[in-house]
Amino acid sequence: MSLNTQLVRSLKAPPRPVWEEPPSKTGITAKSGFLLLCCLGVIGPLWIVIITSLSPRSVIDQAGGLVVIPRAVTFVNYTELLGGGQVSRAILVSVGVTLFGTLFSMAVSVLGAYGLSRPGSLGHRVFLMIMLATMFFGAGLIPTYLLVQSLGLTDSYLSLILPSAVSIFNILVLRAFFMGISPELTEAARIDGASDLRILLTIILPLSRAVVAVISLFYAVGYWSAWFNASIYLNDQEMMPLQNVLIQLVQKATEAPTGLQQAVRTGELSGLGLQMAVMVLALIPVAVASPFVQRHFKKGMLTGAIKG
Amino acid sequence: MAVTVGSRPDGTRPPTAVEEPTAAIAAAGTKARGPRRKAKDHKAKGRKIPFRIRLRRDRTLILMTLPVIVLLVVFNYVPLLGNVVAFQEYDPYASSNGITAIFASPWVGLEQFSKMFEDPLFWEATENTLVLFILQLVLFFPVPIALALVINSVIRPRVRAVAQAIMYLPHFFSWVLVITVFQQIFGGAGIIAQAFQDLGWGGFDLMTNSELFTYLVTAQAVWKDAGWGIIVFLAALSAVSTDLYEAAAMDGAGRRRRLWHVTLPALRPVIALLLVLRVGDALSVGFEQYLLQRDAVGAGVSEVLDTYVWNVGIQNGDFSYAAAVGLAKGIIGIALVLGANKFAHLLGEQGVYKK
Repeated sequence: MSLNTQLVRSLKAPPRPVWEEPPSKTGITAKSGFLLLCCLGVIGPLWIVIITSLSPRSVIDQAGGLVVIPRAVTFVNYTELLGGGQVSRAILVSVGVTLFGTLFSMAVSVLGAYGLSRPGSLGHRVFLMIMLATMFFGAGLIPTYLLVQSLGLTDSYLSLILPSAVSIFNILVLRAFFMGISPELTEAARIDGASDLRILLTIILPLSRAVVAVISLFYAVGYWSAWFNASIYLNDQEMMPLQNVLIQLVQKATEAPTGLQQAVRTGELSGLGLQMAVMVLALIPVAVASPFVQRHFKKGMLTGAIKG
Repeated sequence: MAVTVGSRPDGTRPPTAVEEPTAAIAAAGTKARGPRRKAKDHKAKGRKIPFRIRLRRDRTLILMTLPVIVLLVVFNYVPLLGNVVAFQEYDPYASSNGITAIFASPWVGLEQFSKMFEDPLFWEATENTLVLFILQLVLFFPVPIALALVINSVIRPRVRAVAQAIMYLPHFFSWVLVITVFQQIFGGAGIIAQAFQDLGWGGFDLMTNSELFTYLVTAQAVWKDAGWGIIVFLAALSAVSTDLYEAAAMDGAGRRRRLWHVTLPALRPVIALLLVLRVGDALSVGFEQYLLQRDAVGAGVSEVLDTYVWNVGIQNGDFSYAAAVGLAKGIIGIALVLGANKFAHLLGEQGVYKK
């Protein structure tokens, strides 16, 4: 083995400890086969959905349903869906709710987590108790529903954001992380006359980018995936977010989104292709965002697990 | 210049005949119950800062915490009080506002609860919930542990990272998406039914099959969340010192022995913790997943307690009865958490909170 290949190999994998016996051929094959199967089990269905959404009607009809092997690529499904109408509106609603909801949740959570992060501050024990207690009991669906209704939040986007705006678990993770930042830093700033808000913005937040990214993703995914609140608090079909439109499409099976039914009947579009395209639109944001924060997951989850 | 009596400029006290014995007693006292005394002193020092000054000092922190507290009070604690409708015959039209209608509605005591005990649909929902819980405990719970063990044995960092990224992915999909994917693969018009028809075996539709429903939802849960579940086990595994493995290997333990005597004991506390959490959540097996598939397989197998509350309360408008079911579920849930935690303590594990 030349030195070069040796170097390359050492970059790829850490050296095997001397006491560990080299793996057997069957062991390696079995393990990689198993992992490959697991990954295919996740990727396979997504692949099929994406390929079908990109196929023209002729290919979908020829396959008699979902398309596994791409034969031709067209973006007609997407241009039709995004060219106005029910789905475009639903995407706007979902993006808006996700954006404003995440900003609101993060602002409230970061402030709350910082406010509770200094041991010995006035009332922090009581506030913490108020928060922790809600982890053990929820109020239940019916009283919450009655409350949201009598606050006049029904048929308003606020009903999609406010009732589920903060997650105690997320606040505890943030708080644990803030408390882990060495107090000397903040003390020095305090002596120099920095206010708490300034310390939070200029010292704590830049140091906790990783955990802030993870928690933002958690909140954003929550808002993007939510459909239940919309289904009970919104009556106006025009206000429905993307997930609710997707449910309607799937439960009506072959029907196309309103506005595109004519095009499907006259044969330009395939109902199935459109459905799959809506699915891809619903799945793209999370599939794109999550790998970027992936390397922080373990750290974020761990901080929460140890101190929460 | 005011000099405090009995003290020197450097702060030490001159030994006086009167003071000496008291000092000796005090010293003896500290010696006898040293740490306790110290803690008490410390606390007393903390109390010396008057409330008003602490309020002044911490007002920004309190202001920062207030939004969370207000949200929790409004959307968690106020509805908690709203559970009183479970003891009423709540009439939403008794007043112009849903909240004031509570005061106008007649009280019926425990009538809603006795109605619950006689309701066969309630017992059906309870049975479904428990069956699903047990099935998920047996079929779902070990999967992330096994996956974590496999992933942990992969040495190459790049292979590891890619496999993890792919396995985490479905956790971030909504239930709507997951069920739609399953519909397209296993449904009546799905890809497997198509293949079966092409082979002349006749079609099949797993999505509307009520007999296999419990297995189907478990499979969905595994596909969605098993990959995500490995994180916490991987974290526990990465904390195991390699010295332990080396020592075990020196003592002649093979792969399997090291797995059994080093790796699995390291996972024990995490497994116990997650089991406690699971058992505590036994009555909340999931909500969206069942609600979304209720129409396809019928309420007979898919109705769990959560969907029952939704159906009775929000769909049929019987708010009082639904609130009673929800309240009963919540109380049993708390009892389950406490019980499971107690059991964990008995087994010598830490559980969710310490004693």
